[in-house]
Amino acid sequence: MKPNDVILQTVTKVVTFIILTFAVYLFLAGHHEPGGGFIGGLVITSGLTLLYLAFDIESVRQGVPVDFKIVAAVGVFIAVATGMGSLLFDSPFLSQTYGYYNLPIFGETELATAVLFDLGVALAVVGTGVTIILSISGDA
Amino acid sequence: MSISVIIKIIVTVLILTGTVLSILSAYGILRLPDVYTRTHAATKSTTLGVLCTLLGTFLYFWYTQGMVSIRLILGIFFVFITAPVAGHLICRAAYRSGVKLAPESIQDDLKELVDQEQNEKRKSDGQNN
Repeated sequence: MKPNDVILQTVTKVVTFIILTFAVYLFLAGHHEPGGGFIGGLVITSGLTLLYLAFDIESVRQGVPVDFKIVAAVGVFIAVATGMGSLLFDSPFLSQTYGYYNLPIFGETELATAVLFDLGVALAVVGTGVTIILSISGDA
Repeated sequence: MSISVIIKIIVTVLILTGTVLSILSAYGILRLPDVYTRTHAATKSTTLGVLCTLLGTFLYFWYTQGMVSIRLILGIFFVFITAPVAGHLICRAAYRSGVKLAPESIQDDLKELVDQEQNEKRKSDGQNN
């Protein structure tokens, strides 16, 4: 007989959205406030871990059909690629730049290439974290 | 009384209430006899205590700096949802692993069901072997 997990699963469905939203907020706030790629990635990892706790690994794998080893690799690639990109503009490796643009909804926004580097960091953290958790969880 | 004084009083009362509730909850964890009553003290009053403190903080920053902190609202919502569920899961795990109720308890409605469930499990295990 399977244990009855209705309360845990229902709350997980609501809470995961809050956690992932907060992760995106932390990721985008990293330039001017506490936050950034690393803790953004860690919060996403914790949200996914909550899903793995409430449901079994197979059903989460069906819902999120992503190989997290590849996610980590893509993250490292993006981080290195932003560093290489600065070489194209005749500046040293990993130089960052920023500019102000008028976007349709947000108005005048500061866009920095550091966000791309942060994206790489976040993906690498998510990939590594979930891979570690899945490998030590036994039947993965 | 001006509006600023009223808001300051509300904020103070909210934060004091939150602190007192948290202290009461800690006292309850020390004094109550078994794990179920302790979880009762730990989840309910701490949740309300944290909610009061966060609400007081939210109002304070809203009034003094005009900053509506979404993070605090989200925190209130999050704690309000998750803390009781955590208490529920701890209690449930304790009951399923056979932690005894306090000797003062007189009724245990869940015992029958869990015993039946475990008997069935033992029977099906026997068949599999």
